[in-house]
Amino acid sequence: MIEAKNLIKSFPSGDTELVVLKGISFKVETGQFVAITGRSGSGKSTLMYQLGLLDHPTSGNILLDGVDVTNRPVDEHTRIRLEQLGYVFQDYALIPELTALENVLVPLMMQGFPMEDAVEKAKKSLNRIGLADRLDNLPSQLSGGQQQRVSIARAIAHNPKIIFADEPTANLDIETSRIVLDTFLELNREGQTIVMVTHEQEYADLAHRNITLSDGQIVSDIINRKRV
Amino acid sequence: MERLRRRSKTFITSLSVGWFLSYRQVKRSSIATTVLIIFVMMLTFLNLVVVRGVLVGLIQGSTNVYSKSYSGEVLMSTLPKKDFIENSPSVEEIAKNLPWTESISARYLQSGTIEAGYKDRVKLSDKANIGGASFAGINPTNEDATTHISSKIIEGSFLTPSDTNSIVLGADLLKKYVPVESPGIALIENVNVGDRVRITVNGNVQEFTVKGILQSKVGEIDTRAFMLDTTLRGLIGRSDYNVDEIALRLKPGSDPVVVKNALLGSGVGRTAKVQTADEALPKFLIDIKNTFGILGNVIGSIGLVVASITIFIVIFVNAITRRKYIGILKGIGIDSVAVEFAYVLQSVFYAGFGILLGLAILYGFLVPFVAVHPIKFPFSDGILVAELPGTMLRALSLMIATLIAGYIPARIVVKQNTLDAILGRN
Repeated sequence: MIEAKNLIKSFPSGDTELVVLKGISFKVETGQFVAITGRSGSGKSTLMYQLGLLDHPTSGNILLDGVDVTNRPVDEHTRIRLEQLGYVFQDYALIPELTALENVLVPLMMQGFPMEDAVEKAKKSLNRIGLADRLDNLPSQLSGGQQQRVSIARAIAHNPKIIFADEPTANLDIETSRIVLDTFLELNREGQTIVMVTHEQEYADLAHRNITLSDGQIVSDIINRKRV
Repeated sequence: MERLRRRSKTFITSLSVGWFLSYRQVKRSSIATTVLIIFVMMLTFLNLVVVRGVLVGLIQGSTNVYSKSYSGEVLMSTLPKKDFIENSPSVEEIAKNLPWTESISARYLQSGTIEAGYKDRVKLSDKANIGGASFAGINPTNEDATTHISSKIIEGSFLTPSDTNSIVLGADLLKKYVPVESPGIALIENVNVGDRVRITVNGNVQEFTVKGILQSKVGEIDTRAFMLDTTLRGLIGRSDYNVDEIALRLKPGSDPVVVKNALLGSGVGRTAKVQTADEALPKFLIDIKNTFGILGNVIGSIGLVVASITIFIVIFVNAITRRKYIGILKGIGIDSVAVEFAYVLQSVFYAGFGILLGLAILYGFLVPFVAVHPIKFPFSDGILVAELPGTMLRALSLMIATLIAGYIPARIVVKQNTLDAILGRN
């Protein structure tokens, strides 16, 4: 499904280069729920941004369905993100002047779906995560958990190949976090591939696979037998 | 080919998404902010049109009254080195018979002096209350039909065909209307309607009663003293009926240039100088008109730059404060064209409504108001010149400037790294 090959990412830091990812290689199979964990500064978010084509690695390759997409033009990355990937950000990343329905609708419109079809898909997606009664609410009128679920609805509306979730529960209380994770688990049961970055080991244990990073390197890659 | 087709489809989709985003952004933005921006755009538009319109209007008012009250649309006058228009009756006949002519007024002109208060002068050594003037002998009926000059009377009344011993004085002959103390200017003092004045023309002296005083803000009129043509003809001994000036009022819609050419084609040019009102304008008026036009354009251009900067700042601040959301949109796969288009549409919205509001105020209030209450200037009653084509051109310029000013900041922000925008990194 998606494969990282010897990914290196460094940032200039004064006169030196700060190497955040030091040759990461792994492969995520279709239908897997992969949790990437690690301490703060271990490089887990940076890894997710490279995999999600939001950033360019300094070197190495990213293969999507066996096709190297690393050095494609910016426009093509945008297109791939639109059609094949879904994102759930830590702070929900909803557009404040768009309602829940409209937030989900925009990427569908961008994909060229006719308006009626796009609305239908958006409603279906919001219904799937239990927000059918909040379609016309602006983000400011929703709780943190509801906003994060709108964000998930936006990510899944176009049936992406992979959902990338960056600390999706970081801003939520335990109860709401549980609801969000249940949503991910349910989506995964339905076949959705998910890559989730988290620093909560308890949540990482819910995934099929738990990759742990430390100082820009994979220090463990464990399959959760109970979940598999 | 397939790639081009796909690109054009993406572009159209981007425009549609851009419209969707901008509509909601404007709809759900702060009403006070939106109203303020539209208000600024409206003022900018009015600045663009009205300042120039007033500057040009000051001179336009002057040229309008020149044509309306003095020259008519076509003016025939004496050739250089000639004392009058030779064979005037024939020229008048040709002018009257033109299909475009509504009325004509032939004028005899002669310079002389006017003396007032001569009966109260005790000693010959006392300074005489006397001033120079240009006397115009007119047929009051024809003159009024051609120039509506009676509407310019500010004291008393205008001449009638039976006023053989009456005179109407231009305001610029009287000290009370031109309060200037200058050794070079001899103005008549203490003259009121009903007073007797003594006229000296060509050595002939005759007493007249002041019937009225007129003021038109046209120098050629306000420095003249008007009497009946028959009276002046007698005073100057001109028995050949040759006049010095013939003003033509044309029927509505007639082209003065066509009439001028027709007159020249009839041979009038051999005995008279034929000019349209615009050509007959005094040179200083033409110079001021051109200067004010340039000044108006300069001020208008500055207004356009100010408008562009205003919208640039508005859109730039808007885009910068929404940098994170722009990053998110790009992050979830929204094409940058869609985001840029959303901001351009917002600029169009602000400019469009500002312009519409400005047009409503301009044509619904300002132009009619200034037409009824002209801006009083010593040399003219200024109007507000805002011809629709010129105004539309300025509106279009403002719209284009706004489009560019809206696009540039949006482009700057959209071009930034997506991840940096999402994470708020610089």
